[in-house]
Amino acid sequence: MQKLPTWADVVLIPVINLALAFLVSGLVILYIGENPVHALEVMVNGAMGSTRGWGYTLFFATNFIFTGLAVAVAYHASLFNIGGEGQAALGGLGVALVCLAVDWPFWWLALPFAVIGGALFGAAWAAIPAWLNAKRGSHIVITTIMFNFIASALMVYLLVNILKAPGMAPESRGFPDGTNLPTAFDVLGLFGIPFNKFAPLNVAFLVALAACWGVWVLIWRTRLGYEIRAYGKSEPAAVYAGISPVRIIMVTMLISGGLAGLMGVNAVMGEAERLTLDSVQGAGFVGIAVALMGRNHPVGVFLAAVLFGALYQGGIELEFEIPAISREMILVIQALVILFTGALDGMVRTPLERLFVSLRRKGAA
Amino acid sequence: MTDAPAIELRRISKAFGPVQANKDISLKVMPGTIHGIIGENGAGKSTLMSILYGFYKADSGEILVNGRETPIPDSQAAIKAGIGMVFQHFKLVENFSVLENVVLGAEEGAFLRPTLAKARRHLTELAREYEMNVDPDAKIEDLSVGHQQRVEILKALYREANILILDEPTGVLTPAEADHLFRILRGLKAEGKTIILITHKLREIMEITDTVSVMRRGEMTDTVRTADTSPQDLAERMVGRKVLLRVDKTPAQPGKTVLEVKGLRVTDSQGVERLKGIDLTVRAGEIVGIAGVAGNGQSELLDVLGGIRAATGEITLNGQPLSLSGPGSDARARRRAGITHVPEDRHRLGLILDFKAWENTGFGYQDLPKYCAGLMMDNRALREDTDAKMGRFDVRPHDPNLAAKSFSGGNQQKIVLAREIEADPDLLLIGQPTRGVDIGAIEFIHQRIVELRDAGKAILLVSVELDEIMSLSDRIAVMFDGRIMGERLPAETDETELGLLMAGMEGRAA
Repeated sequence: MQKLPTWADVVLIPVINLALAFLVSGLVILYIGENPVHALEVMVNGAMGSTRGWGYTLFFATNFIFTGLAVAVAYHASLFNIGGEGQAALGGLGVALVCLAVDWPFWWLALPFAVIGGALFGAAWAAIPAWLNAKRGSHIVITTIMFNFIASALMVYLLVNILKAPGMAPESRGFPDGTNLPTAFDVLGLFGIPFNKFAPLNVAFLVALAACWGVWVLIWRTRLGYEIRAYGKSEPAAVYAGISPVRIIMVTMLISGGLAGLMGVNAVMGEAERLTLDSVQGAGFVGIAVALMGRNHPVGVFLAAVLFGALYQGGIELEFEIPAISREMILVIQALVILFTGALDGMVRTPLERLFVSLRRKGAA
Repeated sequence: MTDAPAIELRRISKAFGPVQANKDISLKVMPGTIHGIIGENGAGKSTLMSILYGFYKADSGEILVNGRETPIPDSQAAIKAGIGMVFQHFKLVENFSVLENVVLGAEEGAFLRPTLAKARRHLTELAREYEMNVDPDAKIEDLSVGHQQRVEILKALYREANILILDEPTGVLTPAEADHLFRILRGLKAEGKTIILITHKLREIMEITDTVSVMRRGEMTDTVRTADTSPQDLAERMVGRKVLLRVDKTPAQPGKTVLEVKGLRVTDSQGVERLKGIDLTVRAGEIVGIAGVAGNGQSELLDVLGGIRAATGEITLNGQPLSLSGPGSDARARRRAGITHVPEDRHRLGLILDFKAWENTGFGYQDLPKYCAGLMMDNRALREDTDAKMGRFDVRPHDPNLAAKSFSGGNQQKIVLAREIEADPDLLLIGQPTRGVDIGAIEFIHQRIVELRDAGKAILLVSVELDEIMSLSDRIAVMFDGRIMGERLPAETDETELGLLMAGMEGRAA
């Protein structure tokens, strides 16, 4: 029997979690002598008060959608892929190599190849932990997290020794103009809708939406998705049904890594237009919170990604507007949101379940 | 005060949402008696006992222990009131010793040593008093199921329980172990302890209880003295209609050999040999029953035939050799070859409990053309097929969109059975077909198995229920310690002989 009605699980709990996170954040802001209401105002306004705010919010959200979907897909097979950070970094490398390899004439020609490059490199980076898990039983959490460090070291090596453009910074040369993705300003401009010219939101957002749809189809409509979910619920039962665990682990992790790798299309190709060292910026880890909050459903992942995007953008505004609130303070607020929506989920869930059960009992009596 | 019931329940009601699990239940159990509670699955027996043990709180009604009203909000309160419970699934820490398990949760002070020393003395006394010899230093994982159960009973006695509730205690025991358990229970009763025995086995009720209560659909319909009733009578009271306790079947008409197993060996991951050279044949149109105490290799045999486990040896199906390890030996290949499998543990293997009924209908058959279109699942076809199967197998509630875990044990089994029987196998493997299944459904399931046999299919049946083996099989093979001890025809053997074979002793000459 379901303890909670679906709406409470999907809407009420995240809202309460979020409210709690903001409440505690408010106390922290109060403690350093600032006005929490004003701070909230600045955040909300900064993230959603202008097309510029939205342009950044949805740009960040695009990153989080990719990494969130990566975690969600793996989760359905009961695999906890926390290597999104490394897979996204390698995905960025894949995207960069595609963009640099050819003097692309048009962005729409470059985009599909960049998507393939990003997904392929992300998937390849997930393939080794997946293989170790499938064949040797190494714990996927341990191996994927260690591969984040290896990825980071690899990127430093490549950007310092191989791909480095002349100059001081450890970054590749800029991509050819033919790879520059149209931004929201360009696209919406075609329809006469005004949008901020400098916001980084670009067509990779549409790729992210397509990925959401694709993941939904994969998990709930395809035979592979059926097998992934069956394996995720019970490995012995999957074996009984003739589903090969090795195959499911490999395929799922390749898809998961590929999704994380797609982040490069947005961050590297869409914004930086060159490969830099910090292209991922923790989005791989935010993806875990996004998947958790989004209940591993693409729609939930999308909504949670937008929320975290707003939080990022609002945080940057806050740091800018109220000097007393430092970069570290923003991190604290973001961490509190992750803590309350992710780790402390049960704190709200259990009392709420009791409440609903007793309400129902009264209703039945 | 001696006349006060040890346990009295007054108008206990409990609802889960719209489901009324217990309705207005009143019950008196006198001290120093053994009281049986029978009822089909989902009749509310377990809920009632969970209320008594403090796992659930009743919506209304009161509990009296020894004549005094005693609220039981949690299991600590139950223990304090002198109530002990032995669960169907033991709650023991596998890698702890017997002694450690017994004191777990009853430790006194920060250091274990004094508690353990005291417990050791106490445990020895208890063991002597009730003929329950277990080595206090043995690890639980090394003990037989029967011994593990004794540890559970000792745990309750160590906490000075005067009222002992046992939930389906013989489900996992050999006939001999069950007899021993009953001797222990009689000893406890002689000491003045009160025992509540929950079971669905009529024979046990008749053998050991003084009084028996029947539960049906959340209500306690009858309480009678055991001496005044009969198995047939109780079965009818439980189901609410006439039931057939024997399987109605004609003699088998065996045809050609379908399954031939030669020299089958299995070694598990710990290097223990689980199957030590099995030879077995099953012909078309016959049911071969494998009798044996759980854990003597029957599960491994089913697993190998079902493609879940690798083995060495030779298996042929309709004369075609099957591969026993590596690619082509998985469950998918077996299904293609014509072997379907109703596993012993439907919760662990046969069903994905969180999946809806219609999703479970495709489980193992997800690549059948009728269930998929290219890479996609044809969810509508699955739903329609499930709907039809549920009709043919009388699954209740008849709702393909309900999660598998929401069905009762019997209906879950029917979902698995419908899937595996209607896949039209040459050989059906079926393990514990009626474990945790209510009497009404047992009858139905047995009929379906016999029907399949009469349609000329080969059936390999594994069951720890001797009654089931005796009444369903056309030929019986007894397994002990990874070997087949002997084959018998049901008409030419009896429970005593089979029991000896199950214990590893050669049967008397026929």
